Amino acid sequence: MDWAIEVRDLTKKFDRYTAVDRLSFKVPAGKIFGFLGPNGSGKSTTIRMLCGIMRPTSGAGTVTGHDITADPEKIKQNIGYMSQKFSLYEDLTVEENLSFFGGIYGLKKQELAQRLEEVLETALLGTKRKALAGILSGGWKQRLALGCAIIHRPQLLILDEPTAGVDPVSRRVFWDILRELASLGFTILVTTHYMDEAEQCDLVAIMYQGVLEGFGSPAELKQEWQVNSLENVFIAMVERHRSLSEEVKV
Amino acid sequence: MNLNRVKHIILKEFIHILRDKPSLAIAFVMPVMMLLLFGYAVTTDINNINLVVLDQDMTSASRALIQAFQNSNYYVVTGYEMSYTGVKNEIDAGRAKAGLIIPHGYADKLSRGEQSPVQIVIDGSDPTVARTVFNSAQLLGQEKSAELRLASLDRAGLAQKIPAGIDLRPRVWYNPEMTSLRFNIPGLIGLVLQNITIILTAFALVRERERGTLEQLIVTPVKPRELIVGKLVPYIVIAIIDVALVLGIGVFWFDVPVAGSTALLLALSAIFLMSALGLGMFISTVAKTQLQAMQMAIAILLPSVLLSGFMFPREAMPKLVCFLGYVMPLTYFIEILRGIILKGLHLYQLWADVVPLTVFGVAIIALSSLRFRKRLD
Ligand SMILES: Nc1ncnc2c1ncn2[C@@H]1O[C@H](COP(=O)(O)OP(=O)(O)O)[C@@H](O)[C@H]1O
Ligand SMILES: [Mg+2]
Repeated sequence: MDWAIEVRDLTKKFDRYTAVDRLSFKVPAGKIFGFLGPNGSGKSTTIRMLCGIMRPTSGAGTVTGHDITADPEKIKQNIGYMSQKFSLYEDLTVEENLSFFGGIYGLKKQELAQRLEEVLETALLGTKRKALAGILSGGWKQRLALGCAIIHRPQLLILDEPTAGVDPVSRRVFWDILRELASLGFTILVTTHYMDEAEQCDLVAIMYQGVLEGFGSPAELKQEWQVNSLENVFIAMVERHRSLSEEVKV
Repeated sequence: MNLNRVKHIILKEFIHILRDKPSLAIAFVMPVMMLLLFGYAVTTDINNINLVVLDQDMTSASRALIQAFQNSNYYVVTGYEMSYTGVKNEIDAGRAKAGLIIPHGYADKLSRGEQSPVQIVIDGSDPTVARTVFNSAQLLGQEKSAELRLASLDRAGLAQKIPAGIDLRPRVWYNPEMTSLRFNIPGLIGLVLQNITIILTAFALVRERERGTLEQLIVTPVKPRELIVGKLVPYIVIAIIDVALVLGIGVFWFDVPVAGSTALLLALSAIFLMSALGLGMFISTVAKTQLQAMQMAIAILLPSVLLSGFMFPREAMPKLVCFLGYVMPLTYFIEILRGIILKGLHLYQLWADVVPLTVFGVAIIALSSLRFRKRLD
């Protein structure tokens, strides 16, 4: 089996606070992998360690076959990343943003021009190619950020809350694009708050206070918790935690 | 170093500057304004000092003395007072910087061959003005006395009996009129270039950190040295245009010609720009916010004005203070600028400044690349 992501006992501490606590899981290539959990549960921290821009306190992992502590620069060529505050150059146009990132990823002139057209089409950006990124609405900005992340055809796409603060129609459009990318063979790691989005993933991990509480396909998780939706899995999980901590207090 | 990547960074950086009006203004308007402002404000040549006169003697001799003061060009007589209090009021109010008081009997005493006291009152609050008044008044007094002595000896038919004395003939090189403008312009060019370049680059990385685009950049395979070099190149281009601009103003507006080779001047300016831009970039790797970057830039710029020899001669500084000046690229560059513009020095006469400047530039850029970590923790 080809693993896109593989982590063992991955841990990150900020001073004495443990943001990510002994995380272990494997994600096969070519799947949409949803990363769920309430705010502050450690999703972004995990993602930053996977991208090689934060060092784990302990534990190990490989991403696209490269070690996250020893070889972060090799990982960077293979992944596309959209940070949670999708940060584009607002004073550059759609095209300029795309070709800047294409250039940074080492695309040469002709290849870059070709990829630019493909991405404009895939991310539905064609009609605003000359517009400054700063004047785009949320949905467009988010698709541009996605475009910048896929310009170099990465094996793995890592998207941190790509649909936060975006209207429902734009969210739908965005997920249509993600499914299309998955069908083309991209592996996608996406974090989200929305349960309807989580239901569309092949594989889901649920984090709670830095700990991995559930892992599997949506169907498996629902069966395990004996409920009919991921939302209820989530609620059941939080409730169990609450009762556990009550018991401790008593 | 992947040149294609560097090219894309250069391109993007150029777009940022060209689409940002404040950056453009800092790049091209500020140097001109600073040079003009400083060029007129920073002068230590003092003439036309306002002089108030109390002439109690009212004789042709006293009038001749007043005329001598006026003819010296150091003084403008702004008014005649009738009393000592009047003189005091004028100086208190700041309308006059000095008062000339010629007492009763000035002419009488002179004609009797006695010493004839004359008082000069000086407003000492600005020591430069005070020193000029002090020296020029003393000089005028001596001249006048010598003239009077000579005249009386002449009348006695003894003039040819005085010993000839020493004929000291001072000759001033490089700046024969000894105007401070000529001396200040080269230093000013260095100062203006330093300020512009450091201010522009200090924000280069911090801005990306604040806007969150840095996180997007560090997950790409870009290497720190590619990023640093790519971000520096556009500023080098701008700074070279600034050199031409500022030098042009110096030559054509302030009439300070370049005595030496302009090509050498430009080449050595490029080395200085590398150091100054590197210093700005270094600030950018250290500062967390744009405000911090600004504060750090000012913390470097202000002492450099004082320590580089731009304003005060470094020879007169205490050892430790003088030594501090050696860690600033501006110190070396000002020596180079003055050497080429005023003295027409050649490269072989400037090694002592060129070598440390080059070492500084290479070191600070290398240090910035090393300091820049592609990590968030
Ligand atoms: N750089 C940091 N320094 C200190 N604490 C941090 C840092 N980054 C994140 N944290 C803390 O770690 C916890 C997990 O944060 P994060 O990974 O951003 O969660 P999520 O993305 O799931 O909302 C939070 O409590 C957050 O305050
Ligand atoms: Mg987050």
